Amino acid sequence: MKIKLIATVSFSLMLARLKQTTVAAVGVTFGITMFITLLSFMGGLNDLLDGLITKRSPHVRLYNEVQPSEMQPVDILPQYAGCHNFVSSVKPKNEMSEIYNSREIMNTLKRDSRVSGISPKITVQVFYNIGSIDFAGSINGIDVDAEARLFSFSDYVTTGNYIDLKNTPNSIILGKGVADKMLADIGDLIQVTTSKGERVQLKVVGYFQSGLLDLDKVQSYASITTAQKLLGESDSYITDIQIKVNDLEMAPELAKEYASVFETNAIDIQTANAQFETGSSVRTLISYAVGITLLIVAGFGIYNILNMMIYEKMDSIAILKATGFSGSDVKNVFILIALTIGVLGGLLGLLFGFCFSMIIDQIPFVTAALPTIKTYAINCNPKFYIIAIIFSVVTTYLAGYFPAKKASKLDPVIIIRGK
Amino acid sequence: MSELVLEARNVNKYFHDPVTNQVLKDVNLTIEKGVFATVMGKSGCGKSTLLYILSTMDTEYEGELFIDGVNMRNRTEKELARVRNEKIGFVFQFHYLLNEFSVIRNVMLPGLKLEKYSEKEVEHKAYEKLKLLGIESEALKKPNHLSGGQKQRVAIARALINDPLIIMGDEPTGNLDKKNSEVVYEIFNELAERYNQSLLIVTHDPEFANRTHRIIEMVDGAITNIVKMK
Repeated sequence: MKIKLIATVSFSLMLARLKQTTVAAVGVTFGITMFITLLSFMGGLNDLLDGLITKRSPHVRLYNEVQPSEMQPVDILPQYAGCHNFVSSVKPKNEMSEIYNSREIMNTLKRDSRVSGISPKITVQVFYNIGSIDFAGSINGIDVDAEARLFSFSDYVTTGNYIDLKNTPNSIILGKGVADKMLADIGDLIQVTTSKGERVQLKVVGYFQSGLLDLDKVQSYASITTAQKLLGESDSYITDIQIKVNDLEMAPELAKEYASVFETNAIDIQTANAQFETGSSVRTLISYAVGITLLIVAGFGIYNILNMMIYEKMDSIAILKATGFSGSDVKNVFILIALTIGVLGGLLGLLFGFCFSMIIDQIPFVTAALPTIKTYAINCNPKFYIIAIIFSVVTTYLAGYFPAKKASKLDPVIIIRGK
Repeated sequence: MSELVLEARNVNKYFHDPVTNQVLKDVNLTIEKGVFATVMGKSGCGKSTLLYILSTMDTEYEGELFIDGVNMRNRTEKELARVRNEKIGFVFQFHYLLNEFSVIRNVMLPGLKLEKYSEKEVEHKAYEKLKLLGIESEALKKPNHLSGGQKQRVAIARALINDPLIIMGDEPTGNLDKKNSEVVYEIFNELAERYNQSLLIVTHDPEFANRTHRIIEMVDGAITNIVKMK
């Protein structure tokens, strides 16, 4: 009943000043619209750029690095314990970067409930031969199906069909840069030299374009069996195990665990790509700052309009107080006006923001570096919408609070006697 | 002796701007139920100031004020608002109607605020008050479409809506022509005679005052004479 009465008074005041009220609400709508659009666009852009790296990166990667032995013989001798040892006679062994017992490790990982998928990989250092010129590069031997499933391999094969890599023996998908240099068409045979000096002929079945030019100039893909053949190793030879986990936040912890359990090196995605995280967070920060500035400006608009309304409606405020409305009733009337403006303007802003995002999502955005991208990316994270509506309500509340407080303190005697 | 509605004891009031100036000097006043009293005096003698103190809107004074036997000292702003809402009906020189609301809603507002009756009942009561004042046909119009005299009658209806203990008026006929002033007097007189309503009206108009029960004369902030007519 009481709320209803206060609402009636608020709405009649708003209707009496419909134009100003609308302008104030449009200010909020504009602020929220831009806030949503900006954050969605920036979010989409961040995802796009991060995706360049992270979508194709394993969450945890197991590998072996050439490392010196941690224990030198002299450390074992009890009589030298506690002494400073500067003799390091044992040099790193000439062992390949093979992961030992890889089959067993992979079976264990497949049973681990925290892991959503694994994909083995072999990196082979090769020279691509073009006529009399050799240039260095690398071939990744991959499990084609797993790679396509976990790392969207197929998205980046711009010409040819990725599955041919599995079905055609001794086939290769060349990096776009490599292919351009070698003048190799699909179906051509190219020649590579392995680090052991063997020359191998491979059939080109497609081009690969990652969007990172430098990478495409050196890197090509072959199936895992082809890679093992290039190196002359057995079918258990694997240099990397790429793991996707269910919870990305767990990756650093899991990396540590696997490193000690499997006695390999392990690196998580967060550590490997720290610079991308930084870039994203700075961009997000800037868009939040701009969006919030817009909302604060809208808040000042509401503040002005309410102040004006209070000056115009002083008589009404005086009579409400004379007939028994308390200061807090009057305050609630004006706060309700502010909140109505904020909520209505905010909701409209959410709607317009969503529409704008959808429009941006349709704008063509074609670049050679990003073969899979056809339009600008948009991230419609519900979080943005929740933040926007909360912020619009809080800003308008604050913008309404001070004028409302002033109205509640007005002395009716002064206004009535002033007539 | 009949029931006391309002009592002021030794009320003093000072204005401090620009120099301290005593505007009310030791005012003592009682109003009983059913009394139609007027306050007369030259402008600046403090009669309006007294009225605003008696109506609880002005709280900066010395002395005691009892409304319906209850002391008004040290009340919160909310409690005083409640007292004004329930026990005092106010009529000003200017009508102070809200142009955003229809006549009937204007009359209903204090009744809705009181929350004693349902909205339907308040509406019914508001119609009755308008009928009493002969303006029920204007109920759905906006106040800015009414004449000055009609507006003042709406304001009186609004003052009556909660069946107040006392009606206070600050020169309610000051803005009206002779004919409308007469109408307002008749209404007040009828309320006092027929409904035993207490009224305290500040006025300049001796013709108005001379026909009431009691005239309180003020000079320079002090009550100099109380004339009981009947």
